[in-house]
Amino acid sequence: MKVRVSIVLKKTVLDPQGQAIAMSLKNQGFSQVESVRQGKIIDLELNEKLSKISKETIEKICEDLLINPQIETYSIQEV
Amino acid sequence: MNVGIVIFPGSNCDQDLYRAFKKFNPNKVEFLWHKISKLPKGLDVCAIPGGFSFGDYLRTGAIASRSPIIRAIVEFANSGGFVLGICNGFQILCECGLLPGVLIRNQSTRFICKDQELMICNRDPLFTSLYQKNAKVSFPIAHHDGNYLVDPSTHQLLLDNNQIAFKYLKQNPNGSIGDIAGVYSKNHRVLGLMPHPERRVDSKIGGCDGEPLFKNICQGPYY
Repeated sequence: MKVRVSIVLKKTVLDPQGQAIAMSLKNQGFSQVESVRQGKIIDLELNEKLSKISKETIEKICEDLLINPQIETYSIQEV
Repeated sequence: MNVGIVIFPGSNCDQDLYRAFKKFNPNKVEFLWHKISKLPKGLDVCAIPGGFSFGDYLRTGAIASRSPIIRAIVEFANSGGFVLGICNGFQILCECGLLPGVLIRNQSTRFICKDQELMICNRDPLFTSLYQKNAKVSFPIAHHDGNYLVDPSTHQLLLDNNQIAFKYLKQNPNGSIGDIAGVYSKNHRVLGLMPHPERRVDSKIGGCDGEPLFKNICQGPYY
């Protein structure tokens, strides 16, 4: 069972890397792009079905290490 | 004073830090490997050097801050031990919760390596009492993620409790809130800073502005 954790910076946190990407896209003529936020994807391979693992366990995995709750939020999906 | 210097895979300022402490004849300076879960008996100060622990994977300091020695250091600090974290050490202290806030990517997105003028904001009996009040010093900075961030209410608390240790003067190099370059914990026993005072303890190599900090830790005053 694979679980995908998608991590993004909170809206209030400056994302200079996202800004640099947006600038580059605009310079390449993609004027449709308003702004860019860069995040991370982490795939977890689990030895059990997701339904058997409590939501709290997955949240604990995320909040104990994968994210810093001061600056980041996350979402979880099965893949 | 008995000083321990933590080494992680990727630490690269550990020898400089050893040399800086050794110059002021503390009782003992020893290196501590990150896998130990018990600190040596009689330790007074734990210092976490700069570098790129665990390659800065995931987030700077994230993986190091979950290592056995950091769990021991959190306990050590909570029972009154002194802790100093420089550069990557500061990032680790924020990640493990001993210091408030977080260090994110420099506003310019660039790695910055240069001499930086700083102000000593609070004279602290363990760390900075040998400097004059509001003294200006020059320490090198060398970081990619030095943009210190706290929410506005925590920033106010830092100001109210005199927890701001160092501020950038002239131009803020990385976008940190309130030009903050270093902070103390609420009880002032933990200090974290981005600049490198350990690289300024020799007049032949850049200057001696860092000397009072290490002299203070090794010899007092502590009041």
